[in-house]
Amino acid sequence: MVPVIQREVVENKKWISQDEFLDAIALTNSLPGPLATNTATYVGYRMAGIPGAVTGVLATALPSFLIILAIAVFFTTIKDSAAVQNIFKGIRPAVVSLITFAVIKLAKSIGLKSKNLLISLGTLLGMVFLNIHPIAAVIVSGILGFFFFREEAAK
Amino acid sequence: MNILWEIFFSFLKIGAFSFGGGYAVISMIQKDIILDKGWINAEEFIDIVAIAEMTPGPIAVNSSTYLGYKMTGILGSLLGTIGVLLVPTLLALIVSIYFNKFKHLDWVKWVLKGIRPAVLGIIAAACFTIGKVSFVDIKSVIIGALIFIGVYKLKISPILAIVISGGLGLILYGMPV
Repeated sequence: MVPVIQREVVENKKWISQDEFLDAIALTNSLPGPLATNTATYVGYRMAGIPGAVTGVLATALPSFLIILAIAVFFTTIKDSAAVQNIFKGIRPAVVSLITFAVIKLAKSIGLKSKNLLISLGTLLGMVFLNIHPIAAVIVSGILGFFFFREEAAK
Repeated sequence: MNILWEIFFSFLKIGAFSFGGGYAVISMIQKDIILDKGWINAEEFIDIVAIAEMTPGPIAVNSSTYLGYKMTGILGSLLGTIGVLLVPTLLALIVSIYFNKFKHLDWVKWVLKGIRPAVLGIIAAACFTIGKVSFVDIKSVIIGALIFIGVYKLKISPILAIVISGGLGLILYGMPV
């Protein structure tokens, strides 16, 4: 989605520069929420203030909302048919493979050494074996990050 | 509590902590919506994730729209979607307004640096929970392995992966007449 936004906002409309776009992506990407709507919030705000931001988010979410609504109406009527069930029996393991692949890519980009490995592994084991809530994991790791990386920055 | 408010607040909470994009949301929904509320079973949720993979748009938006609709119709889907986007949008707006200040806030950087590897762990945990309900027999393990080779070695797109796996499902589990 990001390359599409970039082409439209930077190249076609020339609303913001390439550098600013990359800075904005880096910052909004680290916030919660979908990257697409976060980027739309930033660009909308820069162009037209708060109304621009609201318009940007709504316009970005609208197509997905309508498509899924249509699918939801349709899918809830066909999902119990035997053919659809068998198709999804095949798709479910594929979803696991796609997510596993995403984990590998993310692990490579973050770099799993010392502190990162500790937080990742701690979160994984805590969630799988101790049933820790993902929100608790986010909060604890944020606090750990503060102390870990402050110390690193002080060196 | 009114079911519409319950949908709204559940997705508000999920949205507020949805660091790291789509896949991290899976674990949150697994915990709050599937285990605690029982609004949907795990299999149906994985089907939504698959549909989300094939359609444009964020998994968070897709699943809140779908679930909201399933629970109470269009009004529920609207409230779920607004709920999941509200906190992230407000945060993104604050960051946009104070963009130049945020760029230089060290403590924000440190906290976010700590959250990134946690997101990795959260997504890896989603693999386990989804794997448990997806790998039900030897056929599903074979499909999973083939698709993994496809995306990892042959670099096929997620959409193609899902189309192929659906076809394999139909072939291996039988075409009902």
